[in-house]
Amino acid sequence: MKHLRSIDELGYEGLVRLLDLTNHMVEVNSRPVPKVPALRGRTVVSLFFEDSTRTRLSFETAAKRLSADTMTFSVSTSSVNKGESLRDTVETITDLGVDAFVVRHKSTGIPWQISEWTSASVVNAGDGWHQHPTQALVDCFTVRQALRRERFDGLTLTIVGDIKHSRVARSNIAAFAMLGARVVLVAPPTLLPPDVSHWPVEVSHRLDPMLGETDILYMLRLQSERMAQGHVPNLREYAETFGLDTTRVAKLPQHAVLMHPGPMNRGVEMMVDPSTIANSLIHQQVSNGVSVRMAVLFDLLAGESSASHLAQVAS
Amino acid sequence: MSNTVMSADDVKRAVTRIAHEIVERQHGRDGIAIVGLQRGGAWLAEAIVESLRSIQPSNQIPLGYLDVSMYRDDIGIRPVVPGAISRIHFPVDGATVVLVDDVLFTGRTVRAALEGINTFGRPRAVQLAVLVDRGHRELPIRPDYVGKNLPTHVSDDVRATKEGVVVTRTTQTEVDDETRGAS
Repeated sequence: MKHLRSIDELGYEGLVRLLDLTNHMVEVNSRPVPKVPALRGRTVVSLFFEDSTRTRLSFETAAKRLSADTMTFSVSTSSVNKGESLRDTVETITDLGVDAFVVRHKSTGIPWQISEWTSASVVNAGDGWHQHPTQALVDCFTVRQALRRERFDGLTLTIVGDIKHSRVARSNIAAFAMLGARVVLVAPPTLLPPDVSHWPVEVSHRLDPMLGETDILYMLRLQSERMAQGHVPNLREYAETFGLDTTRVAKLPQHAVLMHPGPMNRGVEMMVDPSTIANSLIHQQVSNGVSVRMAVLFDLLAGESSASHLAQVAS
Repeated sequence: MSNTVMSADDVKRAVTRIAHEIVERQHGRDGIAIVGLQRGGAWLAEAIVESLRSIQPSNQIPLGYLDVSMYRDDIGIRPVVPGAISRIHFPVDGATVVLVDDVLFTGRTVRAALEGINTFGRPRAVQLAVLVDRGHRELPIRPDYVGKNLPTHVSDDVRATKEGVVVTRTTQTEVDDETRGAS
């Protein structure tokens, strides 16, 4: 694997390979010294044009636990402010000698564009509304771990909220469907894409009838600016129709698990304190983030293609 | 062309002898831990532990498994696929750790294991037990306990299991002179 840009590009076999590899990384992270020398001499640069705490930090921690060197590119202190183009920025960083770019950008397709301009691997850490493949890997791994099963046949994943603007939803729909889950989207029509007929999903505009058949309840964050844009009339009405409160929690099957990609909007989509819900996987989603991203970086950078000069010496 | 060089009974006897040698070297004291290298060394580690427990039923013999793929020096040269997950659920600090592998060849796996075991703690001593030493070392590593020294050609395929040791020759070349020293 050269790049990780979308779940579809990764495919079923790649998805399973990375999820299996994550088990190894979880073990590494449980050791007294949670660090292995696997990626010594490799450099990973994080190129974030959008705010992020958990994704950027977990990528950087992952790189360090594999002994790779890390560079952080912060837009506010860079030459982007002097008008440097994205292409020049990428080419400059490539010339410094990096093996992987971890990219987040507000525009769809930027990771594909960047991979045209560099010989390094590109990891998509979120491009616009489009894809966030490592979050989907984290979520699939977390469910695998919590339910102790490798595939999700017979399970219903219910994703609630702003599907339209959510890259997390798009990546998760693809990944959970690949593993055999039934995926149901719950959202008002204004927060759904105009046409989802080519997605492997069912759609409901009401949450309550879906709760009883839900095994995995995935709440998405409702960004407050969506109200200003006229997608929802007001946050209180959204909370009443789609927010998770104690009444709705009670309607879920006993075994159902709760997930949220964070950051949470308490009082909007989360009317209950998730820490009071026994089957909440929200903490595991964060703590598995490092292990999953270690698996991704190892898979990208430990292959034959990188360090080709060494390959020539050995052969 | 395949050649069985050790039968299942030969393997059993070699395991029993290695277990006795481990006890002898330790003067019967506690503090031994057996760590099989994933995946080839796992079954041999289990067999050695079973034998040790029958020799000295009063001693605790912790058993662990170590996957060394993250420590290999050929990462980036050829695809490195982790074999199975490491499981070391006992304190390594102060223990005499016996690393166990089925076949000792270049020594690179053992070098990786020496590095890997240190992330779990600081052993008092590390020893090495192998069922087959087939020569062709590329690093200054030698085993403490050997089931059988076996001169091989570098391209031979050596399979060591509970059922026996089988050598498959892929070329017609004679055994290298340098490896005769191993026997």
